[in-house]
Amino acid sequence: MGLTAGMTLADARALLPDLTVADADPSADAKALAALTEWCGRYSPWCAPDGEDGIRLDITGCAHLFGGEAAMLADAIHRLWRFGIAARGAVADTPAAAWGWARYRRKSASPILGEGETAPLLPLPVAALRLEPGSIDTLGVLGLNTIATVVDLPRGPLTQRLGAAVLGRLDRMFGRAAEPISPHAIAEPWASRLIFPEPIGRREDIDAAAERLTAHLCRAMSLKGQGARRLILRFYRVDGAVQHIAIGTSRPTQTPTHILRLFAERLDQVEPGFGIEAIVLEATEAEPLGATQGALTAAGDIDATDLAGLIDRLQNRLGAARVVQLVPVESHVPERAEVREKAKAPSPFQPAAGPLPLPLRGRGAHESPSTSGRGRGPRSGRVRGPSILKSARPATLLPIPEPIDAIAPVPDDPPLTFRWRRIQYRVAFADGPERIEPEWWRREDQAKPRDYYRVEGTDGRRFWLYREGLYGMVEPPRWYLHGFFP
Amino acid sequence: MGTGAAKIDEALPWGGLTPGLHEIAAAHGDAARAGFVASLLGRRPGPVLWCRSHRTALEAGDPYGPGIARLGLAPDRLILAEAAKPAELLWAMEEGARTKGLAAVVADGVMPDLTAGRRLQLAAEAGQGLVLLLATSRQSAASTALTRWFIASAPSRPEAEGPGRPCWTVELWRCRGGRPREWMVEWDDAALSLSVVAPMADRPLAAAVPVPAGPASGLDGAWPGRDQADRGGQDGGADGTDRRDDLGGRKSAAA
Repeated sequence: MGLTAGMTLADARALLPDLTVADADPSADAKALAALTEWCGRYSPWCAPDGEDGIRLDITGCAHLFGGEAAMLADAIHRLWRFGIAARGAVADTPAAAWGWARYRRKSASPILGEGETAPLLPLPVAALRLEPGSIDTLGVLGLNTIATVVDLPRGPLTQRLGAAVLGRLDRMFGRAAEPISPHAIAEPWASRLIFPEPIGRREDIDAAAERLTAHLCRAMSLKGQGARRLILRFYRVDGAVQHIAIGTSRPTQTPTHILRLFAERLDQVEPGFGIEAIVLEATEAEPLGATQGALTAAGDIDATDLAGLIDRLQNRLGAARVVQLVPVESHVPERAEVREKAKAPSPFQPAAGPLPLPLRGRGAHESPSTSGRGRGPRSGRVRGPSILKSARPATLLPIPEPIDAIAPVPDDPPLTFRWRRIQYRVAFADGPERIEPEWWRREDQAKPRDYYRVEGTDGRRFWLYREGLYGMVEPPRWYLHGFFP
Repeated sequence: MGTGAAKIDEALPWGGLTPGLHEIAAAHGDAARAGFVASLLGRRPGPVLWCRSHRTALEAGDPYGPGIARLGLAPDRLILAEAAKPAELLWAMEEGARTKGLAAVVADGVMPDLTAGRRLQLAAEAGQGLVLLLATSRQSAASTALTRWFIASAPSRPEAEGPGRPCWTVELWRCRGGRPREWMVEWDDAALSLSVVAPMADRPLAAAVPVPAGPASGLDGAWPGRDQADRGGQDGGADGTDRRDDLGGRKSAAA
């Protein structure tokens, strides 16, 4: 119709009065191109957006899966056409040659350039070298209009005249210089893919496909002694959308049933839409996994794989931060003496925790009860240093200490009576105080010193109370309940 | 699995706690329950899955590593799981009950109904696991639990100037195939052992009632008279439930 790129709107309207006009939206274009690049992952894991309007794929070793290079390209062009995208494609030895051949070949020419086939490139215009517009103009002024006229020129004068760019592009086109493709997403060495002749949509079909993929991947991984820690299942839909489900495991695994159970919880989220045409399973994180030996472990031993499976299922469904383990930390402030870390299954090679408390992890943070003193008996009243780790600690700790109304007669004495959650308790015995100073080396810690008392109510219930602050300061001390002794 | 005290084991028809559902209750904020449970778990190898809702963790607190180590339960054996919805908690418990190698699944503040309880019981039988339901009072509702316990702190024998060894009254108030019993036990955290002791004459039992501070307080079952009355009513109901449970069990087995 006579419209060309770079035309002014007025000229275009003069040619076509009812022209539809839309503003350019480069960021949306880039996003759409990225989505299309992801879709191209169905052909090859090694694909990247190329400029503003192209996608390049390294199809080394992939073409035979689609019936050869020509069939693969025809399939891609046809599918893109179904999405409403008019695409031109080419297959060549180098990315630069493919770029030029896709854009500047004659309509009748075959899109496939065979191996080592460079002759068809020679008649192409120099623009096929993907040069800056300025260089093309300069070459045009010199009468160098086709690649054939440039390719045999002496290299020295050409570089002097036009800079290194022209020679660099020529070398890339003819394979004399490398032009690596940096892929859109890093290709996973552990992947298995399934492409369906007909799009699938039923849940049973998806389950069966997931089972086949998992079995295939696990077999490949077990041959190399690897286990998966993170897996992604991607679903390529007919309409070009890609959905994915990611799962994580606490220990490397290559057991298909375990992986399938983790995925099964989430397969409901997959919306097949008009159908799924390809599914890819990738292990994005893998770790070496020693050979498993089940027969020699005693019957009473803890089944670590069973336990790992349980932790994985809990973490995948409830959230990793909600399934935690207690890890001791060297701190004398009670609430800092332990942290919660994401639960991990014990390694099969590490002896499982026995019925008695294990020895200390981290110096002194946990005293083994059989050796520790109980902090009973007359005390100096001010306990400092590591010895406080030997003192009694409650079985249950409130995450936030709760203020209580306490009546204590003498400034340094335990309370006689206190009220917590609207119930009044009378104190029969008390032990303390145990002074716990704030950690002054933490700048953010503005806490006051605390005096802890272990008290027993007249009904036998035992509490851990503390008084925050000191008498004689501006603010009077306040009483809190922090934990419960058994 | 023994409870650690021979006299308690003798009273149980299985000679200890058998795999299945057991309910252990105590008054709100009474750590005697945590103490008793930790002392039980300390005797069994393997990790412990401790399930509770976020709200329970905030209100009642969580097991505290340095403290439970004194009860014979190494803190690194605990796996704490938190779920937003009761259904998810029940799911997590069932998954845990099916898993071999766990010492027990402990659920704080979750009361499964009869169907869920039956499911848990079957899962626990399949995995040979122990499921301990921690309750905050003697629940009047029928339960599929094999045993139902009520634990209360008892005044300890004071030592030197402070409270002495932990003492609890352990009441087995319902037991399938057994009789209700009550014991006074003492925990020795040096030897890590539980022993049944005779109630002492000099214990200040008369004062063992918290003074109610207002009309809204005292609802925690702290009044001995009321407890007694409740228990009378519950025992009958529980027996009736038993038969229904068994029927339900046969049905589900047939299905």
